[in-house]
Amino acid sequence: MAYRFTLAGNPNSGKTTLFNYLTGSNAHVGNWPGVTVERKEGRYKKSKEQINIIDLPGIYSLSPYTAEEVVARDYLSQEKPDVVINIVDATNIERNLYLTTQLLELGIPTVIALNMMDEVKGRGDEIDAASLEKQLGVPVVPITATKGHGIDQLMERAIEVSKNHEIIDKNIFENTKISDAIKEISQLLKTNGYASSVYYAVRLLENDEKINEKLNLSKSLQSSIHEIITKKEKETEEEMETLIADLRYRYIGEVTVKHVKKGRKEGELSFSDKVDKIVTNRILGIPIFFFVMYLVFQISLGPISAFITDPFVTLTSEIIPEAVQNLLINAGASDVIIGLVIDGVFAGIGSVLGFLPLVVLLFLCLSILEDIGYMARIAFVMDRVFRRFGLSGKAFVPLLMGYGCAVPAIMATRTLEDERSRRLVITLMPFMSCGARIPVYAVFVGAFFASNRVLTTFSIYALGVVIAMLSCILLNKTVFKGEAAPFIMELPSYRLPTLRGISLHTWEKARGYVIKVGTILLAMSVVIWFCQAFNFSLQLVEEPSESIFGIIGNVIAPIFTLNGFGLVKGTTQVHWQIGAALLTGLIAKEAVVSTLGILYINEGLEELTGALGIALGAHFTPLAAYSFMVFVLLYAPCFAAIATAKKELGSWKWTLFTIAYQCGAAWVISFIVYQVGHLLGIGLV
Amino acid sequence: MIVSLKELKPNESGIIKSIGGSGLIRRRLMDMGITPGAKIIMRKVAPLGDPIEINIRGYELSIRKTEADQVTVEK
Repeated sequence: MAYRFTLAGNPNSGKTTLFNYLTGSNAHVGNWPGVTVERKEGRYKKSKEQINIIDLPGIYSLSPYTAEEVVARDYLSQEKPDVVINIVDATNIERNLYLTTQLLELGIPTVIALNMMDEVKGRGDEIDAASLEKQLGVPVVPITATKGHGIDQLMERAIEVSKNHEIIDKNIFENTKISDAIKEISQLLKTNGYASSVYYAVRLLENDEKINEKLNLSKSLQSSIHEIITKKEKETEEEMETLIADLRYRYIGEVTVKHVKKGRKEGELSFSDKVDKIVTNRILGIPIFFFVMYLVFQISLGPISAFITDPFVTLTSEIIPEAVQNLLINAGASDVIIGLVIDGVFAGIGSVLGFLPLVVLLFLCLSILEDIGYMARIAFVMDRVFRRFGLSGKAFVPLLMGYGCAVPAIMATRTLEDERSRRLVITLMPFMSCGARIPVYAVFVGAFFASNRVLTTFSIYALGVVIAMLSCILLNKTVFKGEAAPFIMELPSYRLPTLRGISLHTWEKARGYVIKVGTILLAMSVVIWFCQAFNFSLQLVEEPSESIFGIIGNVIAPIFTLNGFGLVKGTTQVHWQIGAALLTGLIAKEAVVSTLGILYINEGLEELTGALGIALGAHFTPLAAYSFMVFVLLYAPCFAAIATAKKELGSWKWTLFTIAYQCGAAWVISFIVYQVGHLLGIGLV
Repeated sequence: MIVSLKELKPNESGIIKSIGGSGLIRRRLMDMGITPGAKIIMRKVAPLGDPIEINIRGYELSIRKTEADQVTVEK
């Protein structure tokens, strides 16, 4: 028989570290049904018996307010795992035990893992685990998850508890002001044939709507419970939710005062506090923040990255395809097969996989910042700015990642607490110009604005930020109406990151990226190649303008007549190549340039850059070229990003909305750019 | 003297008296340990003037001034 052990604990308590330690790398990652809250499950690797470890989202409480909390408590109260392993950050024991008091009410066998004991010792604090165990009535095992200390004992105790089916029936509200009210409600539930437990009684006393619905109480029972609450509130002159939270913390106070000895005096600054005095200092905070961001960019997009990325790109887009091509030729494969493999599969996947080093470096930097504890400080420093736009400081990191690649950036929106912010940030994502668009700007700027390279490129990036800000204001007043999410965020202690932790985090994210990009892109690349090589009668074509793509391009291009690039410069000829190029841009943005190259010149990629510059000059005016760059900046992201957005948004409706908004914004802004430029007479020849 | 938490100066401390507001924000504040009777220390204000950092129950918490305004403390 398989056992189900569940990990529950606060964010930053080391839950992920423990989970990774227990399951190794064979975790299955998915979503909880109906919500975009991550669900991780894996098998405990050290036991002969089948023990599945289920990781609950990091939560502070079992309140009914956030998706994470509701998922966690529904799972615990309905699925009844065999054991709950409650991981508690021992350096922050008071607040961590708050969740513990709620977990203990559920009546599920529980083991407490007292984590970060090395740090507790380092601070000169002492925690008496044995007497804590006696008072709480459940096993308490000291561990240090980062070093693997105590984890075997923890699992031994958990297995023991699951075998003995030790039903815990903890009621921390005994002998308090509300013990009689809890008893009364429990009794009412029992006599009316409902499931009765301390958990339900306390929830109902707190006026928890979700539990009310779940139990489907009769009207008369609801009003009896309401009466009990009103009577109690009058008697204690306190509001019930406050009273219950207060009683929980009081209980914790009694427990910790007996069994926890602090080495440091209250208010005395820890090492972490001293570091923070500088890092989030009123004057130094912002310069330090910019410096850190500069470093991240230098490492993941600058020369260090180029050193690794360039040879990698050569490998994925030249060496491997050429080798495969030779292999296919030698094997006597037909031209169609060679075309499919080389122009279809490798052209799409190779160019995106070329971004892998960049993405890995970006993940590495962000994992380090996260493990150190600086991410929360970024949100702290930047919150004021983002609040103006209806977001919280937490939105900064996903948006920043958008400059690397939108796929991981959209995945990172999970750190945002509310649906509204998540949708908004995903809608804005393409406006943060991703790395794949750099080749597009490079070629166009080189051909038209060679004397003003930096300024022109910078203006495109800046425009993206401005449009993102304006979009926030517009969308907040229309589609995404509602309050800005509250900003109540723990600032975790600074910690030295471990090599193991960072490599695991980076690996996890990079793996997700490769799987996502690989699967979707493979399919789409083949489709696009097919559209380029065949016509609607499914015959191979010689002239690209006769292909499915050419025909579609011919239909699309006139849409951009008012944007300056729908017609070939100085003629009334439909500029069908840009229609096709923008479509291939949906596979990967850099494909916009290579498609234009192929369609204009209809030759191999050799000597393309020089020839492409001349061809571009013949097809675009400088103003039309700029307008085109603006459109490429703003329009829908690539398929991989769209598919990621669909997964995170959880609905086609919102996904299609974001695409429509992005394409709409792209058209309108590039239209304005072109028309204003035209009126002013800039860049017409 | 009873003031709003927002009005504490850096390094000043107080005892929490009451938590106003309603729903999610109020509950979240209490879940995070901001309950009547707890001691709270004002650590600092963010470089751009908002949010603030406080120390409660031995850890550091960041909240916005609008939320802090809902909490009253005795200096």
